[in-house]
Amino acid sequence: MKIAVCLKRVPDMDVRFKIAPSGKAVDETGLKFDISDFDGYAVEAALQIKEKLNAGEVVVISLGGDVVQETLRKAMSMGADRAVQLKHDGAPVDSFAVASALAAELKDGGYDLIMFGRMSIDTAHGAVGAIAAELLGLPCVTAISKLEFDGGQAKMRRELEGAYELVECALPAVVTIDEGIARPRYPSLKGIMAAKKKPLESKPAQLPAERLALDAMALPPERSAGRIIGEGPDAVPELVRLLKEEAKVL
Amino acid sequence: MSNILAFAESRGGELRRAGLEAVAAARVIADAKGGQVHAMIFGAAGIGKHAAVLGAHGADVVIVVEHEGFTHNNPEAVSGSIAAKMRSGDFGGFTCAASATGKDIAPRVAAKLGVPLASDATAFTVTASGITATHPGYTGKVLQTVTLTAIPAVVSVRPGAFLPKENAKAGSVESMAPAVDPSASRVKITETATGNTAKLDLGEAPVIISGGRGLKEAANFKLVEDLAAAFGNAAVGATRAVTDDGWRPHSDQIGQTGRLVSPDLYVACGISGAIQHLAGMRTSKTIVAINKDKDAPIFKLADYGIVGDVLAILPVLTEAVKKAKA
Repeated sequence: MKIAVCLKRVPDMDVRFKIAPSGKAVDETGLKFDISDFDGYAVEAALQIKEKLNAGEVVVISLGGDVVQETLRKAMSMGADRAVQLKHDGAPVDSFAVASALAAELKDGGYDLIMFGRMSIDTAHGAVGAIAAELLGLPCVTAISKLEFDGGQAKMRRELEGAYELVECALPAVVTIDEGIARPRYPSLKGIMAAKKKPLESKPAQLPAERLALDAMALPPERSAGRIIGEGPDAVPELVRLLKEEAKVL
Repeated sequence: MSNILAFAESRGGELRRAGLEAVAAARVIADAKGGQVHAMIFGAAGIGKHAAVLGAHGADVVIVVEHEGFTHNNPEAVSGSIAAKMRSGDFGGFTCAASATGKDIAPRVAAKLGVPLASDATAFTVTASGITATHPGYTGKVLQTVTLTAIPAVVSVRPGAFLPKENAKAGSVESMAPAVDPSASRVKITETATGNTAKLDLGEAPVIISGGRGLKEAANFKLVEDLAAAFGNAAVGATRAVTDDGWRPHSDQIGQTGRLVSPDLYVACGISGAIQHLAGMRTSKTIVAINKDKDAPIFKLADYGIVGDVLAILPVLTEAVKKAKA
């Protein structure tokens, strides 16, 4: 099976972000970057499929400046076979533009399965995978937490709020990956060495004009500092009073 | 181009609150443009019975698409029919909730119309040049403001951000045949199953009671369920640690990689407040935390914190809530 995984380089979220002087980006000083969470699950799921079938190829694709090469190498150190960088200065916020550039690359790739994370953990629009599928004319199942194959048929599970759906479709197809499908492996030393020799192709991204513009980024208003109202079961009456009289939620 | 089409989301023959929220968001845009709201509902025979409720919440026109092929969600035929409707009429925009279903439908509709979309908006303003939307990103730590200049404008709105409003318009009702044959869809949903026993789900409940590792074992989630039952309008959520251990289904997980929720009241029981979890609930209106460690990060966010043994406190709180509700 020939599998493509589209991935995005994002900052580690475990920090207090600052806004850059432009007011349109986070200040990247001191930030660590990695594969976006859901894209990492997608890479792992793709590798597990290849290992199970003991055949096929996993190609990782990312749009962005040369910094994404490090992200692509990481995916190759996990086990992906080769990588494609769609070169562009930064990642546009317009999902349609990003999906168009990716679809142009994916179109003649002969892929049986094209995987995306269900959303990037930074800009979090969650739209690129489904738009790319439409542009490619392929069936698409979004936010799946399980994936199995039965002949040429993919059988999947999607999580809803308080429920789930069982979904089927034939390959080739586009899927976007939710949590629960697979925990990404850590690259082995051998994997890291091997990744250095794997092919990484770099070519210009074919981006259409953007019609979604990022005006500003800002930090959300701080919540007022937390308040501890008491200890143990004795504090319950005071809590109930506050929920009733102050918060008016009871 | 002043009319707005809203996706009246349903599941299992029932209209979802998400559908009314999409109508509420569409109303904001239509009122700014002096247009009408048309709400489109899909389902098996009988789904049209929800038209009155949609009309009472601000839909000028309700478009009912009944077909056996919509017994389960049918993303290809739903998005195809929405796109066809958008092309056939005087529509300047499309709204849906950023629910699991809405987030699946919105990009398909946008792509079919050849436009980008504004996703998961918590607020927006309508200007002459387009729609300016606020969208929390970076696990809720950064607010992004985007302007969508494409027409039609496709917008999905975060559950809970646009409240359904009684706004009687005595909506007229039209029926429409699917523009795309639902039985020809390549993607087939074979089953829609309820993941847990709770009556209310995380996407809709105004109150969420969540449990973490501090509950010590899966069986103690009974205490969380009891408190939810005492509230009567509450759903049960969980941390990633707990869903990873299989105490609760993955669909209950609230956090960076789970559900993003903003209920009126969020009660965190035995939850320390890992970044991963806070990302999913920090926009809740009122937060209560019960935890044995007074230095736990959750207390920095909580409006009301109680330090102590969650297993001892929960039964007392449940009784007190029952009394207050009686």
